[in-house]
Amino acid sequence: MTHLSDDPSEEQWIDDEAGRIVRPYVMTRGRTEPSRGRIDLITLVVTLNPATPVDPGLGPEHHTIVRLCERPLSVAEIAAHLDLPAGTVRVMLGDLVDRGLIAIQEPARETDVLDLETYKAVLNGLRTL
Amino acid sequence: MDSVRSDSGPAARANGAARTKLPTAIKILIAGGFGAGKTTMVGSVSETRPLRTEETLTDRGVGVDDLSGVEEKKTTTVAMDFGRISIGDAHVLYLFGTPGQERFWFVWDELALGAMGAVVIADTRRLADCFPSVDYFERRGTPFVVAVNCFEGARRYDLDEIRMALDLGPAIPVVLCDARQRESSKNVLVALVQHAMQTRSTKEPIAG
Repeated sequence: MTHLSDDPSEEQWIDDEAGRIVRPYVMTRGRTEPSRGRIDLITLVVTLNPATPVDPGLGPEHHTIVRLCERPLSVAEIAAHLDLPAGTVRVMLGDLVDRGLIAIQEPARETDVLDLETYKAVLNGLRTL
Repeated sequence: MDSVRSDSGPAARANGAARTKLPTAIKILIAGGFGAGKTTMVGSVSETRPLRTEETLTDRGVGVDDLSGVEEKKTTTVAMDFGRISIGDAHVLYLFGTPGQERFWFVWDELALGAMGAVVIADTRRLADCFPSVDYFERRGTPFVVAVNCFEGARRYDLDEIRMALDLGPAIPVVLCDARQRESSKNVLVALVQHAMQTRSTKEPIAG
């Protein structure tokens, strides 16, 4: 069954997907939660091992993710490229992390405040754009 | 820190790869009424055409402090347009156009979490359309700027008139822009990041 964490804000029930679009639900073999913690829309993903092994647990979409993420991409970008809901992509990312094929960024921040260096870097970057 | 000889075993190597390769992702929200120019701004300043993603979000009820009676959760799928701006190797900025319809307000908490700030695009022909966005970010304490999108044929207003009409505090920047122009949209983002940085440095003392 679906694994639930203690934090209610981490619950992401997306079972409605099953009624609306069957295919993404099938791709995740019915799972609606990734095997790893919170994965935000801007969580970045990078491929660690591009030579994806033959694995009955991995579908063509998994392989596409591994190929796409040789350059770091966010969950939102992966979902857009695959034309799949972000929730479906999250579950597949969990599969790939479990197999050591991709790395994902640290869990999303729970506060809005970033460190001062980040603001400065973004500001300078935007100005020289 | 000695990070040179940390390479032992696949786990350590995986960690090392993640640490060296992955930039910090930053989220900025682009809000405003329907047709105000959200996707236009995302597109003009991003390095690629706007992409679209579908996110399933949980309705956690309107009253954030009210913990009772929220047993009946609902989920809603919303489509969002977004774009990317790479800043050096260390940072990636993601701009998310927020879903326009009022019935999606409840999903904003999830989107706004961890955001550096927000741009509220105002269309002077329909200024009231951006009231809900202004209200939302004010209440939530998300730093935001109001960008007045100068549509052709629309009457030009004085920035102070707009500030008054929106009942904005003096600290909230109001800037004119043309969402179609990359340089103009870029300046809006610069204004936002500056404002967010100032808000951040004054945030803690205000708490008491």
